[in-house]
Amino acid sequence: MTERANPTTELFLEGIWRQNPVLVMTLGMCPTLAVTVSVVNALSMGLATAFVLTASCFLVSLLRKFVPAEVRIATYIVIIASFVTVVDYVIHALSVALYDALGAFIQLIVVNCIILGRAESHASKNPPWPAVVSAVGMSLGFTLGLVLLGGVRELLGAGSLFGVPLFGTAFQPWAIMLLPPGGFFVLGGWLLVFAAWRRDPRPAAAKGGAHGH
Amino acid sequence: MGTESLWSIFVNTVLANNFVLAMFLGLCPFLGVSGRIETAWPMGVATSFVMLVSSLCAFGLNALLSRFDLEFLRLISYILVIASTVQLVEMAIKKWTPPLYRALGIYLPLITTNCAVLGVALFQTAREYDFLQSVVFSLGGGLGFTLALLLMAGVRERLQFSEVPAIVQGTALSLLVAGILSLAFMGFAGLGGS
Repeated sequence: MTERANPTTELFLEGIWRQNPVLVMTLGMCPTLAVTVSVVNALSMGLATAFVLTASCFLVSLLRKFVPAEVRIATYIVIIASFVTVVDYVIHALSVALYDALGAFIQLIVVNCIILGRAESHASKNPPWPAVVSAVGMSLGFTLGLVLLGGVRELLGAGSLFGVPLFGTAFQPWAIMLLPPGGFFVLGGWLLVFAAWRRDPRPAAAKGGAHGH
Repeated sequence: MGTESLWSIFVNTVLANNFVLAMFLGLCPFLGVSGRIETAWPMGVATSFVMLVSSLCAFGLNALLSRFDLEFLRLISYILVIASTVQLVEMAIKKWTPPLYRALGIYLPLITTNCAVLGVALFQTAREYDFLQSVVFSLGGGLGFTLALLLMAGVRERLQFSEVPAIVQGTALSLLVAGILSLAFMGFAGLGGS
């Protein structure tokens, strides 16, 4: 396998790992922090965003030769808003419980910086196929970040994963993890873990001190 | 929810349900522009103004769209109104205070993709606020946003003089600080009644 040399694979993996939107670029933070109180919520949000991101990037890429530069941002926003409206209605039809759990954050996908950012920086300059590959990679990276965050918060805050209790009745839930501060702390924690992973071991030793704050 | 008193809406949006620290709206400018108080302040004011105008427009639009059964156009029309308001504010700031325009830089046009602004419009629709309630809600949202931004900028200005382990520098540090601020704001819970 010549995976290293294959530009499509590179493009695909870039969004998942090297430029992961949540853990490396810290884009699209609002939905990231707001809905990740459970794995199911995180996963649905990730998939909804994935659909909007991929579909918008595909359309933006198709239209890239026809949209005048002056009105491109407005055009992209309208394209994105249309797909978000579709997702909004689909989720409402599929599961009212999920719709209530995600609340206004489904409609707020419109203002997720990742989508507009990808449309502007990648899809508007590339043909449809690479644009879609890159968008799918980014979506997977975003979903991965959300699930990591949702997993830790659900595990610590409710003692369960996917709604299945894991620790039995003796477990004292760490409720703060489900509340807003928990979102900030867990994302900060994950960023620290990834920063430590990427660096040489020496600064990672300072991590213990950092957690003492 | 439509019968909340104005005072309770105001106190709840500014403190107990602060847009940034409790509802996670508008985090990008919160983490991006909060480095210094001089830029945090005008950013807060500009965002509050956009919030107020777009909230007013959204109220009118919602009434119009509901009348003709066009609710599915709500999101698209809201975002267009916000984008045009931001354009207007941008032109005004550029004309009257060019130094401020340069200081805010890319974050000024990015108010369009500030979820707090769209959030105000969407939440006021979802909670079926009347006209006066919407105005108070958007004013409170703007004030809460500015407050959070200023607090964060104050903390970060101080942090520049303290020794922080290299690995925590940057976004991770901002997030941890935001978490502590958010913890503090939870103390306001229940202040405005329900």
